[in-house]
Amino acid sequence: MVMADVPAKIVYERPEALDPRVTHYCPGCTHGVAHRLVAEVLDEMGETGNTIGVASVGCSVFAYNYFNIDFVEAAHGRAPAMATGIKRVYPDRTVFTYQGDGDLASIGMGEIVGAASRGEGITVIFINNANYGMTGGQMAPTTLPGQKTSSSPTGRDTKRQGYPIQTAEMLSTLEGSSYIVRRSLHSSREIRRAKQAIRTAFEVQKHGLGFSLVELLSTCPTNWGMSAAQSRDWLEERMLPYYPLGDYKVSPAVAELKK
Amino acid sequence: MAKELIKGNTAVAEAALRAGLEAYFGYPITPQTELLEHLSARMPEIGRPFVQAESELGAINMVYGAACTGKRVMTSSSSPGVSLMMEGLSYIAGTEVPAVLVDVVRGGPGLGNIAPAQGDYNQIVHGGGHGDYHMLVLAPASVQEAVDLTVLAFDLAEKYRHLVAVLMDGSIGQMMEPAELPPMQPMKTDIPDWAVRGTDGGEKRVLTSINLDPPAQEVMNLRLMKRWQEIEKNEVRYKGYYLDDAEYVVVGFGTAGRISLSAVRAAREKGIKVGLLRPITLAPFPNDILDELSEKAKAFLVVEMNSGQMLEDVRLVVRGRKPVEFFGRMGGVVPYPDEVLTEIKRLVDGPLTTEGHPRDRWLARLSETIG
Repeated sequence: MVMADVPAKIVYERPEALDPRVTHYCPGCTHGVAHRLVAEVLDEMGETGNTIGVASVGCSVFAYNYFNIDFVEAAHGRAPAMATGIKRVYPDRTVFTYQGDGDLASIGMGEIVGAASRGEGITVIFINNANYGMTGGQMAPTTLPGQKTSSSPTGRDTKRQGYPIQTAEMLSTLEGSSYIVRRSLHSSREIRRAKQAIRTAFEVQKHGLGFSLVELLSTCPTNWGMSAAQSRDWLEERMLPYYPLGDYKVSPAVAELKK
Repeated sequence: MAKELIKGNTAVAEAALRAGLEAYFGYPITPQTELLEHLSARMPEIGRPFVQAESELGAINMVYGAACTGKRVMTSSSSPGVSLMMEGLSYIAGTEVPAVLVDVVRGGPGLGNIAPAQGDYNQIVHGGGHGDYHMLVLAPASVQEAVDLTVLAFDLAEKYRHLVAVLMDGSIGQMMEPAELPPMQPMKTDIPDWAVRGTDGGEKRVLTSINLDPPAQEVMNLRLMKRWQEIEKNEVRYKGYYLDDAEYVVVGFGTAGRISLSAVRAAREKGIKVGLLRPITLAPFPNDILDELSEKAKAFLVVEMNSGQMLEDVRLVVRGRKPVEFFGRMGGVVPYPDEVLTEIKRLVDGPLTTEGHPRDRWLARLSETIG
């Protein structure tokens, strides 16, 4: 068969919002996927040059190296406060934080609740991988009951160590939050859904509709002690039941926007 | 502009606003609250951001974020609240962005009380936050000076990409006295190159305090220290009273300095040749004038509303050349001019020594009085 007369067409390339460099993330980790989704969305919205990112403390501490975007680096947990300072000064810019579960749901719980309750017009990309990745896999506020980590070596004992925090559900109870959803990065179908949610979250900000957060269930093969494939299965089998995917808060104005 | 009778906290708030304050982030705490309250009304009135944060931790990190945009930003608090801000202050210093902090100091440690004190000297002057950094520290002794130094604080913060603290005790914040407010300045329009704002297709800017490579971090530390040397060279401020022929020199800042001035005047009326050195910049400390006085004066009396925190900085300069004595009240107790006058007379009557530590002698005397 002759393939003549079919012009070459680029169907896949690096988003402009991504810096062309090798990341420090472990093989099989989904941070790279999450970065790419954010970058694609900002490019597609034409917002890349109009955006200021706030990196947090955790594995994504160097996220600013991987985006072609003006970035600042927050203290542990304080990204929503820092983003508040920037957004209030620059209400017409897109401002987002990129935070892990230890950062957001443990040390930064005060800042995230404050920002959500104020209806701060920022977007939060929240990576939940059920452990502290950067420091070597300790128990996080999101670690599942029974899950073994380096600081819960016999498995999280809920009698002594309490229960994991369901962040999206909790923040959705706040009147100030406008768009709070949970998605997952364990399959290509879910990745596509995650991208749609990220797009909606940034649209919420663009339209001045208030606080938006996308929780992304993510894998951490290195600290979970699994292969990339095993960790995707583990996420599906263990994390999804405790952290159901879904839209936890879609304000009436956001629902209008989505139509 | 005419003078008006105005409360210190309100005056500082209005002065900051007129100096072009573009965003304020704070948290209520006595005896600073009127500052936040005034801005909660005034800032929205003229279309500028005001946020009452969820905590002092939130407030200082909002300041950190807004400071990264190169705009004029500030926060204010009082001692326990400032303790919570230490994390953010270190990050701001480590990122080399300008910001202004007003600390209206109260009695401590712990919750302490809400009375005027100077126990934050070490926390503000000698760090508090982690790592190698300095804050430029301005210490007013009146409402007027608080107004003037607040305006200056923004200029210095921007000139050096530096943290500037206005350290005033609760009495300056709470006191009403006549003061002239500055005229309304237009907002700054020149945004420095380093400030984040969105790339607009250009090179990206990254503002961070992390540097995993120790030699590179050391280069950064060196840059900070060189800048501090510049500040030490250019920005020392103090006020001297009756120093020309002074045989005895009282050293005190803020309200303690002001009370000491009353005592010095009373002593002069009795024919005692005593003067007052009132540091206005606590950091950089007025070392040179103190060094000069160490050659001329017979003895020094340091007066503070704490247990002798600045005393150590004075002793470092005097270096045992002349006797140094100390008088302080702690815990929110404000000394009377008469008490300071008694100490001046004790200095004149002697005996004086360069042996031992002045704090020990003071504590022994104080224990007899309040023990």
